[in-house]
Amino acid sequence: MLVEKRKRNEIADTLLLLEHPPVITMGRNAKPENLLSTPLELQQAGIEVVESDRGGDVTFHGPGQLIGYPILDLSKIRRDVVWYVRVLEEAIIRTAQDCGVRAVRVPGCPGVWVNNAKVASLGIHISRWVTSHGFALNLNTDLNFFCHIIPCGIASCPVTSFQQCLGKPLDRSVVEQHLVQHLAGLLGLEKGELWQRMS
Amino acid sequence: MAADVLMPQMGESVAEGTITRWLKKEGEAVSKDEPLFEISTEKVDAEIPSPIAGVLGKILVKEGQTVAVHTVVAQIEAVGSLGSLGSVGSAETPQKSASKAPESATAGTERTEGTDKSKAGASAEKESSELLRASPLVRRMAEEHGIDLSLVEGTGTGGRITKEDFMAYLERQGSATAPKAAPPKPVPAPTPAKTGERDESVPMTIMRKRIAEHMVMSRRTSAHVTTVFQVDLSRVAEIYRKEKAGFENQEGVKLTYTPFFIRALIDSLKRFPILNSSVNGDQIVYHKDIHMGIAVALEGGLIVPVVHHVDEKNFLGLVRTIHELAARARQKKLTVDDVQGGTFTITNPGVYGGLFATPIINQPQVGILGVGTIYKAPVVIQDAIAIRTVVHLALSFDHRVVDGAVADQFMASVKKYLEGWEESLWA
Repeated sequence: MLVEKRKRNEIADTLLLLEHPPVITMGRNAKPENLLSTPLELQQAGIEVVESDRGGDVTFHGPGQLIGYPILDLSKIRRDVVWYVRVLEEAIIRTAQDCGVRAVRVPGCPGVWVNNAKVASLGIHISRWVTSHGFALNLNTDLNFFCHIIPCGIASCPVTSFQQCLGKPLDRSVVEQHLVQHLAGLLGLEKGELWQRMS
Repeated sequence: MAADVLMPQMGESVAEGTITRWLKKEGEAVSKDEPLFEISTEKVDAEIPSPIAGVLGKILVKEGQTVAVHTVVAQIEAVGSLGSLGSVGSAETPQKSASKAPESATAGTERTEGTDKSKAGASAEKESSELLRASPLVRRMAEEHGIDLSLVEGTGTGGRITKEDFMAYLERQGSATAPKAAPPKPVPAPTPAKTGERDESVPMTIMRKRIAEHMVMSRRTSAHVTTVFQVDLSRVAEIYRKEKAGFENQEGVKLTYTPFFIRALIDSLKRFPILNSSVNGDQIVYHKDIHMGIAVALEGGLIVPVVHHVDEKNFLGLVRTIHELAARARQKKLTVDDVQGGTFTITNPGVYGGLFATPIINQPQVGILGVGTIYKAPVVIQDAIAIRTVVHLALSFDHRVVDGAVADQFMASVKKYLEGWEESLWA
């Protein structure tokens, strides 16, 4: 909906920051074998499974995760999807640094990593250069949920969270502020311009 | 009339794309700009709209196949007769690029920004309609601000650029951070040379295009002045000669003159911080960190990898970093971070014997040092003629913010540092 509005230039570049109830999403390139549990097991765990038109394989979203959906018109910023992926990663890496977590990229594996464990996943969709979907950053996520899937189709890919890295939970609003600031800076947008909407 | 549908290039560094799904079947009708297929690259899925209205003919690249950008993936039979559509999407073909370029098929070439709405008409009319897309007032304003109107999205009837569109664009540019403030766009080109039978037209590579745009943008942005100093390099050359073999044996990395010049630059950039600044609108941004760009020649172009926090490295650390960056540059393995954030640049035009050159500033920086050839020359020292090793160092600086006196003091400081070199190479 917002994507269509952005395409028609009815709204400005927007960043949605939100939190999902437990859900497993299958991206465009998802392989069913990367879903490890049966529908019944998932139902018992209170996890819904949905197919999504983002890129990437299978992933989990749930409480304690910071989900960011930037809706940007890249034709007005920079027409380069790889650059855009790098920008999202960089914003998360800088945010991690602000929180005291040393996060890095792993060449060939989009996302953000801490000590070879994935702390943030990316999955992006672009239509007429307008972006949708985005990233999921594990702040205080209950990592046990991930046992139901092979995250992003990478076997032996451990997941981690800021909480696990630091040994204490983080204040979500503080992390959000860092993130918005870095993202706006890297995209060359004003912080106010990239107005936030919480849901 | 059939038109080719090409695999679009979704970014500068993107060389290929995978088709994940065809949204239309062979023989199915598709309207212009309607999503035609989906591609996937680096965790990004993109919907690619049809360049023209017509009937999808043959699908040449099946779902799941990965092909190089600009590969023909399908053909569309145009409906109605719009005249010669040729190869829709080949933005790289110079004679055609100005007139036809579907939005998505040319990503990264920056050729088609903001023109989507004006593409409705037949391509033959495009050139004249381009002129009509803005009122004389807007065109005059664009000229005054040095802005290419093809970058501005028009929201008026038929995609016309209204005064409001233009003002909004200006504001947006003004609020963007310095590196993105001025999109690199060449000024309107002069009348192209006629190409005859004995001429060969070769499309520019993406790198060549980017270099061309950046060079012209820099020339237009900064008030370039170049000052040239002759530096007696005998002392450094002596150390270089003596230590080179031992250094390379012990450290396993090649010793060059570049780190000597960079050490001298770091010292002087700290003394004259204006040389390590950027211009952002009417603000001068002083950078507390020094990130040194080093121009590296590549086949068919050049790239400027950046040594971040160069002032925090010792001589040996600097040598290793330069070596590693240059190697990665030649193997085309630089990351985005490797080439971003430079605050000053050094370049080496003397490789083939050039005494000095007047380098073009790497925007949004305000200074660039060109190192000429290093050679022996007769030098007058206290009324005697001596044979010394000398080099010409040329500093191009942005005279908008750097005064000539400051630039020359900076260069005198670089000269002094090099002529009186005191650093240990292992410290």
